[in-house]
Amino acid sequence: MSETALSQPQRNIVSRLWNDKETRSVIIQIIAFAAIFALFFYMIRNAVINLEAIGKDIDFAFLTQPASYDIGQTLIEYTSRSSHFTAMIVGIINTLLIAVFGIFLSTILGFTLGVLRLSKNWLTNKLAYVYIEYTRNVPVLLHILLIHGLIVHALPLPKNALNVGDAAFLTNRGFFLPSPQFEFLFWLVLGLFIIGIIFSLWFRSYAKKIQDSTGKYYPVFWISLGAIVGIPLIAYFILGSPIQWQIPELKGFNYKGGMVVRPEFIALWIALSCYTAAFIGEIVRAGITAVSWGQTEASSAFGINRSRTLSLVVIPQALRIIIPPLTSQYLNITKNSSLAIAIGYMDIVATIGGISLNQTGREMECMTIVLLLYLSFSLLISAFMNWYNKRIKLTER
Amino acid sequence: MNNENTSAMNASIKPDYTVGEHPDLPPPSNTVGTIAWVRENLLSSPANIIMTILSIYFLYKVLPPSLNWMFFDAAYVGEDRNACRAVANGACWAFISERFQLFTYGFYPIEHRWRVDLSFVLLVVAVIPILFDKTPYRKYGLIFAMVFPFIAGWLLTGGLGLAPVPTEKFGGFMLTLVVGITGIAFSLPLGILLALGRQSNLPIIKVFCVSFIEFIRGVPLITLLFVASTMLSYFLPPGTNFDLLLRVLIMVTLFSAGYMAEVIRGGLQAIPKGQFEASDAMGLKYWPSMRLIVLPQALKISIPGIVNTFIGLYKDTTLVIIIGLLDPLGIGRASLSDTKWTGLSNEVYLFVALFFFISCFGMSRYSLYLENKLQTEHRK
Amino acid sequence: MRVTQFAALGAALSLTAMTAQAGTLEDVQARGELNCVVTVGVAGFAAPDENGKWTGFDVDFCRAVAAAVLGDGEKVKFVPTTGKTRFTVLNSGEGDILFRNTTETMSRDADLKLTFLPVNYYDGQGFLIRKELGITSAKDLGGASICIQTGTTTELNLADYFRVNGIDYEPVAIETNEEGITNYSANRCDVYTTDASGLASTRAALDDPSAHMILPEIISKEPLGGAVRNGDDQWADIGLWVVNASIIAEELGVTSANVAEHAAAAGNNPSINRLLGTEGDMGAMIGLDKEWAVRAISAGGNYAESFDRNIGPDTPIGLSRGLNALWTNGGILYAAPIR
Repeated sequence: MSETALSQPQRNIVSRLWNDKETRSVIIQIIAFAAIFALFFYMIRNAVINLEAIGKDIDFAFLTQPASYDIGQTLIEYTSRSSHFTAMIVGIINTLLIAVFGIFLSTILGFTLGVLRLSKNWLTNKLAYVYIEYTRNVPVLLHILLIHGLIVHALPLPKNALNVGDAAFLTNRGFFLPSPQFEFLFWLVLGLFIIGIIFSLWFRSYAKKIQDSTGKYYPVFWISLGAIVGIPLIAYFILGSPIQWQIPELKGFNYKGGMVVRPEFIALWIALSCYTAAFIGEIVRAGITAVSWGQTEASSAFGINRSRTLSLVVIPQALRIIIPPLTSQYLNITKNSSLAIAIGYMDIVATIGGISLNQTGREMECMTIVLLLYLSFSLLISAFMNWYNKRIKLTER
Repeated sequence: MNNENTSAMNASIKPDYTVGEHPDLPPPSNTVGTIAWVRENLLSSPANIIMTILSIYFLYKVLPPSLNWMFFDAAYVGEDRNACRAVANGACWAFISERFQLFTYGFYPIEHRWRVDLSFVLLVVAVIPILFDKTPYRKYGLIFAMVFPFIAGWLLTGGLGLAPVPTEKFGGFMLTLVVGITGIAFSLPLGILLALGRQSNLPIIKVFCVSFIEFIRGVPLITLLFVASTMLSYFLPPGTNFDLLLRVLIMVTLFSAGYMAEVIRGGLQAIPKGQFEASDAMGLKYWPSMRLIVLPQALKISIPGIVNTFIGLYKDTTLVIIIGLLDPLGIGRASLSDTKWTGLSNEVYLFVALFFFISCFGMSRYSLYLENKLQTEHRK
Repeated sequence: MRVTQFAALGAALSLTAMTAQAGTLEDVQARGELNCVVTVGVAGFAAPDENGKWTGFDVDFCRAVAAAVLGDGEKVKFVPTTGKTRFTVLNSGEGDILFRNTTETMSRDADLKLTFLPVNYYDGQGFLIRKELGITSAKDLGGASICIQTGTTTELNLADYFRVNGIDYEPVAIETNEEGITNYSANRCDVYTTDASGLASTRAALDDPSAHMILPEIISKEPLGGAVRNGDDQWADIGLWVVNASIIAEELGVTSANVAEHAAAAGNNPSINRLLGTEGDMGAMIGLDKEWAVRAISAGGNYAESFDRNIGPDTPIGLSRGLNALWTNGGILYAAPIR
């Protein structure tokens, strides 16, 4: 805007508007909004023109059509006649399966590593250090491929399977494990187990109430353990072990019967867990070291013993530091599970975002579904962890 | 304690040194030396002893076989897999050495490979002044570092007097470096802008930045790469069509910018409010106050996070094989289908892992060094 | 915003940026290069050699089209794709034409908005298996692990075949032929299934080809041909007639060796004259000049030459003509006449 082109009062208005903070922010926002809106409009217009040019439309009706392809690992009823929608559900379940298993294993491994890193034993400490540095600095895809390659190349064919106690068989086609067949009485055991959980939940709050008012302390952990594990276990044996195990047998090419865990699942599971565990290990270490030594000393000055110091003083404070980064690690596992496609594990990306996309040619629809699914997983996990985070934060005074 | 002892001794024996200047006695023999170290660090308690035994057993089980496989029983020359097997039953490194050029340059035309080498040398020249603040002529070095991505882009793709090389010839470590460095160079400024946008008082800009960041962080990178390779062209004007590698670069940059923004936001939030208020009180406008007061502090705090994001981005470059670009992993997998070498996946993967380990470990060490340096400056 | 700057930068840097309001032919000629969609590597059909030069049966058709349109069979940029990405690459305009062992099907033609060119290879899906397993029929494959390329018709055929015959199996999904070879040789799967031609090429690439066999069952029809996008009839015609010209050249005995001689002056045979443009101007009908077919044939030879050089009995692939012989020799290769 050249100065000569504007008369004095006009320029004043412009510069006044520009120098006024409120107005300026409104102007900037209107411009930004217009730019973003224009960009979106432009992209959507392009998409409409492009789709029209090749005569395609956007239509989700293909989801009800038969998928016509088979999937190696299905936890629900699925045949090649099932719909693309069912295939998508199979994919979702497989993704969730790997995410849940991965979160479980990586948490255990990660906490172990974190504790080992804090160990006073020089050798253990360094071993954990080497493991963590190696794992963290190598891409996760490489871990997945390496472990998949190891399983496929190093394990024997079904004919010469590694026999574990005549019940489980390890082969390069997967791990064939006995599958449980539940008899009627088993449901009784299960019922006791559930009652045990409910009882422990109640007992915990009851014990806390008693402790708050009288100071009397109950060994909540041991009583809960007895209620959840002990009683059902005793009932299980009294009732005469009401589970039959179906042992896999070698028939033709592969083992039949029992259940099978495919190498793709194992490779993905182990690789993701070991990879994430290295990060969790560092998080745990940082969390525990961040709790000052004074806290431990103060606690022992009160005469609280070592294990209760750990469980009542150090861990609750450490957890508060650990949880937020831990959340993003859990999110990472879920997102990294999409690398399944590199070894042919049938997750969301491989089913609806892969084969269905390709067989129907509906890129827009399928990719939208995939993106939305991942977004909702991420939101769910972080919502849950935020809730948990808030809950343990309340203890801060 | 010590003083009392010495004075007590002084009373009885005539000292052969000036009072109060007794030379330090050596520490008790059971607290120094190898044996004491071992006792302290390996055998201090029963639990400790058990840990030590377990660790040694683990090392004994793992180390000798791995070392044998990797070095002592390995074959370093050979025509094919069978030739390797004939001389040794360990790793077959002959495979890697035969394909080394492919792993490094991909399918880049042989007569033009000097351009890749030159770009690499220039990269080193550009990076040194960024890394070490004692580099002579650092100012000019930094200016060079700013223009380096464009020089390298010109050198590698050609044009303006150089023979053009199509980007689908890019591959191997060179491709990793191209994707990694471009992502690193462009995601930092973009991430800073996004972080500032997220902290901004302007609601529309804030909403836009928040939704962009949360979207990027909510989906896996490979779905974004799929979008880049399958859907993106639908959203461009009819007939526009740009290079797959370029699309990947843009996606990788946007992706890590989303993470970068969150790291920098952490830094911004850690700055005391007084700093903002003080800069307002000085009459600084938004950009000068950000540039001179806020960002230098915020970035300094976020350095570890920023480097971690860089490392993550660098490792994520391997995902490009899923949409058909041939990074070292892709070259390795393609080479594995050559039946001369089939089944040697461990060799390939370990070799590529070594490359990534060296670069990523280097980066994380550097970040530690920087952190320590900046910390001492704080203590002054 | 930075985003738009990036887009602008991208458009500026991009070497292949172009606007394509005009037809594909004009685009290709303006660009001076044909973008041909091929596979990432199936020996004999399309694969880069050690120097990165693409060769193969499908590649020859790419070169023939480039020669007809641009006058030089070397002016081709090969866009390697997996079974999954090939159609999106074509539909998004990244590729101009596709020659990639692609089965013509109704849904691909109508729903994926492709226009298919004449079949250049009649194929069928088969099974590759180790001889030591002692299997002689696909009906005995119950319980086997089968490696299968995702995103192909073979995947669907396999599901159908095993369903109809009531046999169960474990599908092992792989992306490319390379992965198929890797997984099959590592014994991750008992059986590798794809088009019989691809199996022959895979078997040839294995360590000891004689230890493997292709089962007698061919479970599907796989007419493989090139394809272009819908909506550009002239461009589709060019593809169609280049393929036909290659087959007709074999019928008429015109080879890359003698094509120059035939094209020098009109000869006795009006069919040859029409093909090579020494009589009439057939090329103008599809927007090309008179010598389009001469260049196409000189670039890669006629159908028989390309077949024999890349996948014929004397190559490691060792395929016989079979169904792909001319109709006059007992095959079903039957090209519409140029007239």
